[in-house]
Amino acid sequence: MKGRTIQRHFRESLRSITRNGWMTFASISAVTVTLLLVGVFTIIMMNLNKVADDIENDVEIKVLIEIIDDADKAKAAEDKLMKDIKTISGVEEVVYSSKEQELDLLIEDFGEDLSLFEQSNPLRNVLYVKATEPQQTAKVAEKIEKLDNTYQVVYGEGKVEKLFSFLNTSRNIGIVLILGLLFTAIFLISNTIRITIIARKEEIEIMKLVGATNAFVRIPFVIEGMWLGILGSIIPMAVVTIVYYKFYNIVQPKLQGELLQLVDLTPLLYQVNVLILVLGIFIGIWGSFMSVRRFLKI
Amino acid sequence: MIQMNNVVKKYPNGVVAANGISIDIKQGEFVYVVGPSGAGKSTFIKLMYREEKPTSGDVIIAGTNLSKLKNRQVPFLRRQLGVVFQDFKLLPRLTVYENVAFALEVIEEHPKKIRNRVMEVLELVGLKHKVRMFPSELSGGEQQRVSIARSIVNTPKVVIADEPTGNLDPETSWEIMNIFEEINARGTTIVMATHNREIVNTIRKRVIAIEGGMIVRDIFGGDYGYEG
Repeated sequence: MKGRTIQRHFRESLRSITRNGWMTFASISAVTVTLLLVGVFTIIMMNLNKVADDIENDVEIKVLIEIIDDADKAKAAEDKLMKDIKTISGVEEVVYSSKEQELDLLIEDFGEDLSLFEQSNPLRNVLYVKATEPQQTAKVAEKIEKLDNTYQVVYGEGKVEKLFSFLNTSRNIGIVLILGLLFTAIFLISNTIRITIIARKEEIEIMKLVGATNAFVRIPFVIEGMWLGILGSIIPMAVVTIVYYKFYNIVQPKLQGELLQLVDLTPLLYQVNVLILVLGIFIGIWGSFMSVRRFLKI
Repeated sequence: MIQMNNVVKKYPNGVVAANGISIDIKQGEFVYVVGPSGAGKSTFIKLMYREEKPTSGDVIIAGTNLSKLKNRQVPFLRRQLGVVFQDFKLLPRLTVYENVAFALEVIEEHPKKIRNRVMEVLELVGLKHKVRMFPSELSGGEQQRVSIARSIVNTPKVVIADEPTGNLDPETSWEIMNIFEEINARGTTIVMATHNREIVNTIRKRVIAIEGGMIVRDIFGGDYGYEG
């Protein structure tokens, strides 16, 4: 194909967009509405997913260390235990907290009444262990339990498993919903494009009768589909960006220091915008390509 | 130029529209194809530009056997033919100029040559002053002239016309016939299916009559031969 023919196809696609006013408008509207839904929903799902991740990452194992009276031996035992835990696969970090620090935490939480325990601290030195994969917490805890000098290993047994299975289920539901929405978007948009192309069935047949090859007929339609996708993406990208930006600036300051946080503006907005644009272009091209195909057999 | 050897065309619904047609049309001839409705005229025409494939037998156009033509080669056959239809088949969203230019764009002709050639044929059919109009803004006769301009713009050896005057009033029909005669005078073979008795009886040419999918008459300088 010659360069000027490719130029011609681009010119033709633009001409078709301007001369098919209402049909262009219908197609772009369909793209706009569905992509807006996809964009908004994706941002909601990403935030819910972030919440789930944050909750998961908050899960940690608390290892109470056996009390040894001899201070030197105790120090050695604690160091060894810490080292042993670090060698367990799936352990991300181990943090030591002395019984004095533990008591301070309790006092912070429950008030000065507890300060009388400072005279004879009943608590134990503690190691806080985080698993690389939060879902592996139970397994890691089990391994730690077998080590020497552990008095007790606590990680919210039972509750954690339930929490994880709840989070997994909600993640899966989210994925199914997003896939369903994507499918609907593809179906809706390509259907609208198909209707506009069916209206031009006769044109396609005439082109074939005058000696146009399939590619010659199809390429301008496909390029037109690409323009429809791009034009239809503009409003959803703008709306999603502006609305989330405003929402983030209003809500995020109020969540300062809380466990739950919104997903940061970048790279989320870049990702969602790229998703919208790529999806729009892809569906536009695909919808045109498939629709024209039906009428080329003449 | 155009040869058919024992061509049979049977449609899936059982209609036999061509039942052993053999014919030989030479370069530069002007041929009318006549016959009652449903006799197989349109099929005869469609077989030539490969809108229909013969069930058996051979259709040979300018040395190409259409029965052996692959689907993707069909566009290249059609570029060697000009086809004119009763309903004009113009692209509604393209101007007169763009409609005619389309036939040259498909063969990737140089833009300068396209411009010159399109204006040349539009002058021949007398529509040079309406190049920017859309088909819907033209009369039937004008639309048909655009269609003829498009069919001859890439200088085909054969122009095939399926009832080109069928939708036109008598006066306009004569104008169209003048253009066809002009094209024929320049050496282009013309095959034209028609119901127009007056034209066939006045502009005497070779007449092929088809009935029941068979050629019943083939006379040079013949008349229409059916009672109106």
